[in-house]
Amino acid sequence: MIPNFGEGSECVRANRLFCWDWARDHWDDTLQPRLVEHVQLTAYAVGIGFAIALAAALLAYRFRWFEGPFGAFSALLYTIPSLALFQLLVPVTGLTVTTVEIALVGYTLLILFRNILTGLRSISPDVLEAARGMGFTRRQTLLRIELPLALPAILAGVRVATVTTISLATVAAFVLPQGLGQPIFDGLRTYFQTKFIAAGVLAIALALLADAALVLLGRAITPWARARRTA
Amino acid sequence: MIVAFDPGVFLDGIAFVLDNPGFILEKTLEHLALSGASIAVALAIALPLGIWLGHVHRGSFVAINIGNVGRALPSIALIAFGLAFFGIGFTNVMAALVVLAVPPILTNAYLGIDEVDPDAVEAARGMGMSPLQIVMRVELPLALPLVFAGIRTSSVYVVATATLAAFAGGGGLGDIIANQAGYRLEGVVGAAMCVSVLAFGVDWAFALVQRLLTPAPLRGRLPGLEADAVVGR
Repeated sequence: MIPNFGEGSECVRANRLFCWDWARDHWDDTLQPRLVEHVQLTAYAVGIGFAIALAAALLAYRFRWFEGPFGAFSALLYTIPSLALFQLLVPVTGLTVTTVEIALVGYTLLILFRNILTGLRSISPDVLEAARGMGFTRRQTLLRIELPLALPAILAGVRVATVTTISLATVAAFVLPQGLGQPIFDGLRTYFQTKFIAAGVLAIALALLADAALVLLGRAITPWARARRTA
Repeated sequence: MIVAFDPGVFLDGIAFVLDNPGFILEKTLEHLALSGASIAVALAIALPLGIWLGHVHRGSFVAINIGNVGRALPSIALIAFGLAFFGIGFTNVMAALVVLAVPPILTNAYLGIDEVDPDAVEAARGMGMSPLQIVMRVELPLALPLVFAGIRTSSVYVVATATLAAFAGGGGLGDIIANQAGYRLEGVVGAAMCVSVLAFGVDWAFALVQRLLTPAPLRGRLPGLEADAVVGR
């Protein structure tokens, strides 16, 4: 007996370039949940990556010798093709979100580490001298002078890391059916154009929106930078 | 569940490469042809445009933002799009890779030329240099580090991303990496190592070209692998 798979619309059966009715009908059961998963995958990866990179960058800022090894480690991670790294981790952590997150976090490290460190190092020695002259302790200097002054460079790093992670998280669907990559790979496998185009558009829109949102966030938390721009 | 990681898989990967030299070479050459063609087209588009915009100090909004937008485009989504418009094969993947490769080259070429010390350009003009001479003999040599940082970022990215060509019939080492069922994990690891070596090699080759093009007085130490050249803009 041939199972009844139901009838697609005329557009879906002809596999036209894009069928609005399919996208509308499957927003709730396919597109929207995958979009939410994608945002979660990205947020966790950038959050954890940021915590590790910040700690590493602070270490390298204080102890110069630490920069070489960590820089080389993160650069090496960065050159591994994502498609391979996801598969390589499967035997270790299984077909789980952990596998995907380990790889995604790994890819954020180089960008974040370099930007945080560059931001900290580009602070004028005069400013640090002035802070010392005012009797600031090391901790006060770090929290009130160094980190705020490095903020624009740090945020630039977070921007790049976020959009890169959104892109790599799509590839992650090759091993784990989560995020917007799932409908893209599924659509490619079955050559159903509407599916991969709809998910592709959502992935691109998400990346552009996240980028724009981080720019606005940056402007909001560094008001002094804008004052200098308009002055 | 955490299982102990078996480092032997890397040795198996190397063994796979050594056992199948002809096959690996064939796939590596496909990979290089695809990446090379994409980088060449991207250079032909982005370099003249970036240099020109920087020279006339115009279009900063477009030149800088195209870099940001380009970085945001998910590669597999672009390749999927290409499939709908160009069909399966080399051309589709190449078009997608060109779209990914243009922004860093364009943005960095623009910034490099735009930020050359105006006094140096003024002096060259005073010496009676033509605009073309100013670009070739003053602006480009001074902008070379940033221009090449863009080219190297782009080319490393293209070589790594060309792996995804496998999903659109573009060939290359991705054919092995995306087919664990056919080549097992050792094939995947072996091919991935080849991609990494290729990425480092291409980066190193462009660093060498950069060194050869840099006038002797400006030569420093050979710079390291650039992940993202433009920090904090």
